[in-house]
Amino acid sequence: MGTYLDHAASTPMRAEAIEAMTPYLDHMYANPSGSHRFAREARKAIDEARDLVAATLGCNPGEVVFTSGGTEGDNAAILGAVRRLGGTAVCPAAEHHAVLHCVEHVGGVIVRVNNVGTVDLEDLQRVLEEATEEQPITVVSVMAVNNEVGSITPMREVARIVRKYAPQALLHTDAVQAACWVDMREITPLVDVLALSAHKFGGPKGMGVMVIKAGKHLEPLILGGGQERDRRSGTHNVAGIIATAKALEVTDATRQEEIVRVRQLRDRLVDEITQALDGVLETVPREQRVPGVAHVCFSGLENEALLFLLDQADVYASAASACASGAMEPSHVLEAMGIERSWSNGALRLSLGHTTTEHDIDTAVAAIVSAVNQLRR
Amino acid sequence: MKVLVAMSGGVDSSVAAAELQAAGHEVVGVTMRLWGGESDTGCCSVSDVDDARRVAQQLGIDHLVFNFSDDFNEHVVAPYVQAHVDGLTPNPCIECNRHLKFDRLSERARLLGFDAVATGHHARIERDDEGVMRLARGADDAKDQSYVVHMLDQAELAYTMFPVGHLTKAQVRERAIELGLRTATKPDSQDVCFISKTGGRETFLGNRIPFRKAVVVNEDGTPAGKIDALELVTIGQRKGLGIPGGGPKQYVVEVDTPNARVVIGEEGSLYRQSVDVDQVIWSDAGDAERLKVTNDVLVQSSAHGAAIPATVEILTPRSLRIHWSEPQRRIAPGQSIVLYNTINSFVLAGGIACPDSAKASLQ
Repeated sequence: MGTYLDHAASTPMRAEAIEAMTPYLDHMYANPSGSHRFAREARKAIDEARDLVAATLGCNPGEVVFTSGGTEGDNAAILGAVRRLGGTAVCPAAEHHAVLHCVEHVGGVIVRVNNVGTVDLEDLQRVLEEATEEQPITVVSVMAVNNEVGSITPMREVARIVRKYAPQALLHTDAVQAACWVDMREITPLVDVLALSAHKFGGPKGMGVMVIKAGKHLEPLILGGGQERDRRSGTHNVAGIIATAKALEVTDATRQEEIVRVRQLRDRLVDEITQALDGVLETVPREQRVPGVAHVCFSGLENEALLFLLDQADVYASAASACASGAMEPSHVLEAMGIERSWSNGALRLSLGHTTTEHDIDTAVAAIVSAVNQLRR
Repeated sequence: MKVLVAMSGGVDSSVAAAELQAAGHEVVGVTMRLWGGESDTGCCSVSDVDDARRVAQQLGIDHLVFNFSDDFNEHVVAPYVQAHVDGLTPNPCIECNRHLKFDRLSERARLLGFDAVATGHHARIERDDEGVMRLARGADDAKDQSYVVHMLDQAELAYTMFPVGHLTKAQVRERAIELGLRTATKPDSQDVCFISKTGGRETFLGNRIPFRKAVVVNEDGTPAGKIDALELVTIGQRKGLGIPGGGPKQYVVEVDTPNARVVIGEEGSLYRQSVDVDQVIWSDAGDAERLKVTNDVLVQSSAHGAAIPATVEILTPRSLRIHWSEPQRRIAPGQSIVLYNTINSFVLAGGIACPDSAKASLQ
């Protein structure tokens, strides 16, 4: 295994989560919706998992809905709100495509972002103020942490503006990239709907969590057996739910020490790269960024070429999001931030996580410096 | 050697990768993502990328995707559209080879430390007795693609490999079947990759440029009809001109873009004694000198056209005039013209057909 610096794409599962889920992949196979004793055991495990998740997120267990991931949560929030309430949706231009494409799909309004990639609060206020009665804004979706550059949105300010200028609107946050680095109890109380993805915090892929606050209603995306209080039908992914809850519990319990440890690693990574190379832009100031993300732009090279050389050196990183064919797309986030193509062409995201070591940083710095020098020759 | 093989998802490039690997090279496959728009026919759609990746997995080689869609738009699609506005008949596949496969991709490959770029084209690269790299025709006469890769000069030939050039198409398919490659029976791509079968060229261009109405006139200037889209008319075209049938067959013999006028005439009016060629690239600079002594060549002016005897008059280092041994039908301006040696074995030079010059027209 090489040097893995792509934790924002997916972070390894927590050992505790794998251990906790294994019985439910094996002998604890009952459908929790059943009425017999065996089913009730699975049901009990899910109920306990829900309690655990609610405690780490700062909400009531009844507000927790298990989903298939972050994308489902974002779709359920935006499409579900507009289908239920009419009107339209609003989001900033640097959102994940899971949000952006939903808002575009319902003919919503895209708000500008500032030069660190978080929502332009004045533009948000303007858009909310300009909404008409014929086309009211019924959902505002603002990501808590940007998935590409790692910038942290001042959610308190966002909530204040949304409550003041669009009191009827639901406030949704894609908090997928926040879970590892931000105490969720600070975010959850500010919003009506929230979406998480389990594999970003050490849970399994194909699992997500939504919070839908009591009294807030969305048209469900998936109809069927009425699981999750009719908010999300489909047989429970029991093992996935157990693992998700366990991973979130571990993440929450270790968050403060991980923030300190990973921030020191990340800062050293960026410092050593910028000391060794000219023409490096640290895309977002560190104090406005989560500790797990280093995002830099190199002048005079293309990141497809850089990623290939890093791959050859067994250093795994990423740039912008990839399209269906696997090709790199120009980053809509950097474009929205107003970063020139001469910089954004050389963008590199290095994201750290719970398994990142000092040795990883040493290896990565050496590989990056060597690759950049080769490409600039 | 460390070789980057361009894998389109077709059988030729699949086998090219396999051949290189069997020869002991260190092989990495790459699929270029060129076109983001709608397409259902050509190479490099998502399903073709899937095929290329699956073949690479089967062979156990790395597979990458490079997004060159901006370059493709700039160097292939936009000039293709502009050429129609200018009354030319472009060959976008040749421009893609010129600007993407053997420029953008090979430049990237050099940067990444590869020793060569390979493709699945049916052509061969051989070194002659004097040490000159020669772009020779592929082993399969019917599938030879030296015409579409004619723009390779000595430096590029030295950096390029065509691993299936020595095989016939049937042998390529046999190889693919032997290796169990999923692309073994995939049909050849025929069409321009960015133009969908359903919409065709008309829809593609119509979405990008306003069509100009034009009058159709006889050679004596008398009106013969009207058409809605001057940009869709090509020299030699016979159909879709809105003229009544009967009498001798009528062909487009001139597209007069500035005056929005299409001239039609009988087949005889299409014949020319010569054609001028510009943007000429010599396979080897020495050939230009040699041709000043003995100037006999064979000339091919379409992908699967015959090689026609002619002599060549070199006008400038980048332009020349072809004098046909027998009058030939006019070549639509914008088409690529490729010169081969007199025994029709390798490429000497290639360029783009010019509109009729005063001197080149039938005298």
